[in-house]
Amino acid sequence: MALYQALIELADDHLVLGQRLSEWCGHAPILEEDLALSNFALDVIGTARSLYAYAAEVEGKGRSEDDLAYLRSEREYLNCLLVERPNVDFAHTMLRQFYFASLMEPFWQAAVNSDDKVIAGIAGKAVKEMAYHIRHAGEWIVRLGDGTEESGARMRAAIVALHPYWEEMFTPCECDALPDRAALRSGWEANVKAVFAEAGLEWPEPVYGHVGGRKGEHSEVLGRMLSDMQYLQRAHPGATW
Amino acid sequence: MYSQGLIGADGGSEETQEFLDAFQARIDAEEKIEPTDPMPEGYRRTLVRQIGQHAHSEVVGMLPEGNWISRAPSLKRKLALLAKVQDEGGHGLYLYSAAETLGVTREQMTEELLDGTAKYSSIFNYPTLSWADMGAVGWLVDGAAIMNQIPLCRCSYGPYARAMIRVCAEESFHQRQGYEIMLTLCKGTPAQKEMAQDALNRLWWPCLMMFGPHDGDSAHSEKSMKWKIKRFSNDELRGKFIAATVRQAEFLGLTIPDPDLKWDDSLNGGKGGYHHGEIDWSEFWRVVKGDGVMNVERVEMRKAAWDDGAWVREAALAHAAKRSAKMAAE
Repeated sequence: MALYQALIELADDHLVLGQRLSEWCGHAPILEEDLALSNFALDVIGTARSLYAYAAEVEGKGRSEDDLAYLRSEREYLNCLLVERPNVDFAHTMLRQFYFASLMEPFWQAAVNSDDKVIAGIAGKAVKEMAYHIRHAGEWIVRLGDGTEESGARMRAAIVALHPYWEEMFTPCECDALPDRAALRSGWEANVKAVFAEAGLEWPEPVYGHVGGRKGEHSEVLGRMLSDMQYLQRAHPGATW
Repeated sequence: MYSQGLIGADGGSEETQEFLDAFQARIDAEEKIEPTDPMPEGYRRTLVRQIGQHAHSEVVGMLPEGNWISRAPSLKRKLALLAKVQDEGGHGLYLYSAAETLGVTREQMTEELLDGTAKYSSIFNYPTLSWADMGAVGWLVDGAAIMNQIPLCRCSYGPYARAMIRVCAEESFHQRQGYEIMLTLCKGTPAQKEMAQDALNRLWWPCLMMFGPHDGDSAHSEKSMKWKIKRFSNDELRGKFIAATVRQAEFLGLTIPDPDLKWDDSLNGGKGGYHHGEIDWSEFWRVVKGDGVMNVERVEMRKAAWDDGAWVREAALAHAAKRSAKMAAE
C-alpha cells in the first residue's frame, strides 16, 4: 500500500494545483497568460490522470481514475497544503507554481530511470513540463520582484503568505519506488534563493511550517474546492459522462 | 488617391472612382488584399469592426464555458474543456493580430470592448446552466460559427482569411467534441437526457440569431458581399446550419424546439431546405443592445481581469525597460 499512498499523494498534489490554475482561464492579466496558465493546468491535470490510473491499478479494487478523483472526501485527499492555497493574485499563483515545479522537476528527473516502467513513463513527460513551468514562473518572479513598487510589494506579500507552506512538500514518503523528496530540499532552497536574488527579493526568516495535508488534515478551502469539483459525480451516482 | 492610415476618420472616403474601380478589379480577380496594399477606407473600417468583434467574441466566449471547467464531471472532460477554452483564447490572439495589421492596437480594441463601443456575438450573453450546455455550445454555437467562418477562409483580406483556416480546423474539432458530449448524455440516464434536451431548448433560437438579421434588414451586408469579405447572406448560412443540424438532433433523439420546422423540396432552387418558425427579433435586438441576462456580468468580468491585471502588465514593461537600460550601460 506504500506505493498506492505515494501515488495518491502525488496525484492529489497535481489535481488540486491544476484545479486552482484552471480558475485563471478567462481571467488572466493578459491573453498570453490565459493560455500559459491553462497550459500549466493541462500539464498537471494530465499528470494527475496518469497517476490516478496507476494508483487504481496498484490498488486492484476495480476503481477508476475518476472514482479516485471524484469520490473521495477532503479527509481522504493527501495533497500538501501549498497546492490548495487560493490564487489570491498573479504573484501568489506564480510563486506557488515556482515552488511546486522547483521540487517536481528534480523529483521527476530522479524518477526517469525508475525500474517501475509506468513511473518512468510519467516522469519522462512531466520532467519536461516542470522545466518550462520553472522557467515561465521564475521569469515572472523576476519581473514582478524587480518591476514596479506595487509588483514588488505584491511579490513580497506572496512570499510571506506561502512561507508556512513550502516545507511540507519535503515530507518523506515511505515508498522505495519513488525518489526521496527530503533529499531534494537543499537543492530546492538554493535554486529558489538564486531566483529571489535576481528578482531583488529576500528569503524570509523561518516561520512555523504547517503540515497535515499528507494525513488528510487540510485547511477549509479544500472542502469547498472538492464540493464544486465533485458535484456532478455526487449528484448523479453511477452516470457516465 | 487612396488613403491609408485613416483609422478613426468618420464618414465619406476620399477615394477617386478610378481607385475604387482598380480595387474592385483586384477583388473580382480573387486577389488577396494584404496589409500594405492600398485599400478603400471603408474596406479597412469594415474589417477592423468585423475582425475586432470576432476577436472579442472569442475572448468573451471563454467565460460561459469557463463557468464549467471547475465542475467538469470527469478528468478527461475537464482536460478537453480546458483545452477548448484555451483554443478560444488562442483564436482571440490570432484575430487581434490580424486586426492589428489594419492599424489598430489590441489595447484600443480591448478598451472599446470594455466601454461598450465594440460588440461581440450575442450568443455569449446567455448563461450556461448545466453540463449539457458544454455539449450544446460545442455542437450548436461552434457549429453555427463554422458555418459563418468557412466562407471567411476565402475572405479577400489575406491575414483574416489565413487566421480563419486554422480557427476553422479547431472549431470543427470543438463541434465534434460538443456533439460527443451530447451523444453521451443522450445515451445516459433519463436525467442526463433531460439535461441535453433542456440545453437544446434554451440555445436553439439564440443560435439561429447568431447569423444576424434577415437579409433585407442587414445593414452592412451588401458592401461586404461586393468586397468579398462576406460570401453568403445571413439567411443562406442560417438555412445551411438548420439543414445540417436537424439530422444530428434526430440521431440524438432530441426534439428541435420549433413546431413550424418543415422540409420543403422546392427551396434553394430544388435542392430543398427547411422552413422555420419566426425568430424573435425583439429578443435579438434587446440582447445586442445590452439587455441579455449576462451582458453586464460578461463585460464586468473582462473588465475585472483587465483592471486587476494592470499592475502585472506595468511591472513587465518596467522590468523590460530597466533591463534594456542596464544592458545599454554595460
